[in-house]
Amino acid sequence: MHRSRVKRYLLTALALVLAVVWAFPVYWMLNSAFLPNVVLQSANPTFLPFGGSLDNLRAVATEPSFGSALTISLVVTLTTVVAAIMIAFLGALAISRFKFRGRGSFVLALLLIQMLPAEGLFIAQYKMMSSLGLLNQAIGLAVLYTAAVVPFTIWMLRGFVAGVPADLEEAAMVDGLSRTKAFLKITFPLLAPGLVASAVYAFLQAWNEFTVALVVMTEEQSRTLPLWLRGFVQASASRETDWGQVMAASTLVAVPVIIFFLIVQGRMSSGLVGGAVKG
Amino acid sequence: MTTGTTTAPTTPNTAPPQPRRRRRTNRLPLILIVPSLVLLIAALGYPIGWQVVTSFKQYGLMQQFGAPAPFVGLDNYVALVTDPYLWTVVVRSIVFCVVTAVVTVAIGGAMAVLMNALTTWPRVVLQVALLVAWAMPVVAAMTVWIWIVDWRRGLLNWALVQLGVDGAEGHNWLAEPLSFFVVASVIIVWMSVPFVALSIYAGLTQVSTEVLEAASLDGASGIQRLRYIIVPIIAPVLSIVMLLQLIWDLRVFTQIKLLQDAGGVTNETNLLGTYVYQLGTGKGDFGTASAVSILILALTIALSAYYVRSLMKEDV
Repeated sequence: MHRSRVKRYLLTALALVLAVVWAFPVYWMLNSAFLPNVVLQSANPTFLPFGGSLDNLRAVATEPSFGSALTISLVVTLTTVVAAIMIAFLGALAISRFKFRGRGSFVLALLLIQMLPAEGLFIAQYKMMSSLGLLNQAIGLAVLYTAAVVPFTIWMLRGFVAGVPADLEEAAMVDGLSRTKAFLKITFPLLAPGLVASAVYAFLQAWNEFTVALVVMTEEQSRTLPLWLRGFVQASASRETDWGQVMAASTLVAVPVIIFFLIVQGRMSSGLVGGAVKG
Repeated sequence: MTTGTTTAPTTPNTAPPQPRRRRRTNRLPLILIVPSLVLLIAALGYPIGWQVVTSFKQYGLMQQFGAPAPFVGLDNYVALVTDPYLWTVVVRSIVFCVVTAVVTVAIGGAMAVLMNALTTWPRVVLQVALLVAWAMPVVAAMTVWIWIVDWRRGLLNWALVQLGVDGAEGHNWLAEPLSFFVVASVIIVWMSVPFVALSIYAGLTQVSTEVLEAASLDGASGIQRLRYIIVPIIAPVLSIVMLLQLIWDLRVFTQIKLLQDAGGVTNETNLLGTYVYQLGTGKGDFGTASAVSILILALTIALSAYYVRSLMKEDV
C-alpha cells in the first residue's frame, strides 16, 4: 500500500512538472505582454506580471498597422468560413446521402488533396494569382484558403450528415412537410453542431495560416495578422526589440484562437485519427 | 416523394433495388459536388498542372518579364539531381523530420501512458496544459520561443548563466546550423506533442481494464502486459500518429522561415520548404522551384498512401 502511494505522488509530481513545461511559453507570452519594456530589458527576468499594465496591449491595439492587418484577416477568414461551409456542406451531402458513380474516387481525391503541403504548391499559386491580378487581394487569398480547407471540411461534415437518419426527414414528409421544409426544420437543426465545428476548423486554419499568405500577400499594407506578427520577429534580428509589445501583439492574435480551439478540439482530433481510435 | 424522376437508370449493375432513391441520385449528387470540384480544380489542380509543365521549362527571371519559356525536357531535374546542394537539403530535411517525429511520438506516447496511470485531477491539469499549448497559433508560438531563446535578454541564456554554464551569456543559438535545428526541433516537438499524447491516450482508454487484470492474475508482468496487450491494441493509433508527424515535419516551413528571419543563416538552414521559397520568390527561378515542388508533392503522396487507405476504410 505504502509503496503504491509514493508512486502515485511521484506520478502526480511528474504530471505537474510536464504541465508547467507545456503551458509555460503561453504563460510567458501573457506575462511579458503586461510588463513594461524597462522591466523586460533588465538583467534578471520577472516571472510574475505584478506592477504590469495594459499599456503594451493598448499601444499595439491602437497602432494603425494592427487595425489594417486585423481587417484583412477578418475579411479573408470570414469569406473562407462562409464559402467553405457552403461548398463543403453540399459535398458532404453528396457523399453521405448518395451512392453514385465516381463517389469512391471523389473521396479518395479529397483525402489525398487534404495531405498536399502548401509548400509544394505555393510557387504555382503565386504565379496564378499574379497573372490573375489577385496578388495582395483578400479575395484571392480567401479562394486559396477555401480550397485548402474544403476537403477536410467535407470529411468532417460527412460524419455529421450521416448521423442524421434520412428516415427522419422522410417521416416528416409523410406528415405533410415539403422536402425543403423537412430539411430546414428537421435535418438542419440536427446538423448545427457539425456546422459550427467545421466553421471553427475553417476559421482556425485561415486565421493562423502563414505560408500561403507570405507568398501571396507581398505588400506591407495587405498583410494578414500572422504576417504582421512576423514583422516584429524580423525586426528583432537587427535591433533591440520591444518584446513587451511583441508579446502583446502575440496575445491579441492568440487569445481568440485558444478560446475557439478549446471549443472544438475534440471534433478535430477525432476526425484526424478517425477509425484508428474507435478501433 | 415527388421530385427528381427525370433520368433513366444508367448502370444496371448497382445492386440493391431501391428504385425511388436511385433514380433521384443519378444527377443530384453530381450537382452537389460541382462547387467543390470547380474550386479544387481551379485553386489546386491548375497550379499542380502548371507546376508539372513549368518543371520541364526554362523559367527564370527573363521569362518573368515576358521572354518565351522554352521546353528543356528534364534539364531542371538533371540540374537538381546533380546539384549537391539539393541533396544536402533533402538529407537535412529527412534527418530533421525523422528525428523530430520520433522524439515527438516517444514523448507523446510516454505522456499518454503517464496520463493513463494518473488520478483524475493531475490528469486534467496536464490535459488542459497540453490543449493550451496545442491551441497557440504557430506564428504567436514562434514569437514567444524566439523571445525565450533571444541572445540578449532571453530566458534560456539567463537560466543557463544561473546554472553556471560557461559562455551562455549572449550566446546566439540561431547562428550555428546545429543549434538552430535543435531549437527548431524542440519548438516543433513542443507544438506537436499535445496532439500525439492526447490521441495515444484516447487509444489507451480503449484497452479494457478487465483484460489487463485477468492478465496480471495470470502472472503477466507490467512489461509483458504493455508488450502483448496494450501495444497491439494501440498499434493503429501509434502508426497513424507517427505517419502524420513524419508528413507534417517533412513539410515544415513556418517555423524554419521565422527562425531564419530571427537570425538563422538561410543557406545553411534551408529545408525543402524554405528552399523552394528561396528559389521561387528569392531568385525567381520558377523552373527549378517547380521541380523541387513536384519532389515534395511526390514524397508526401508516397508517405500519405497508408494513411489515406486507413481513412478510406472508415468511409462506408
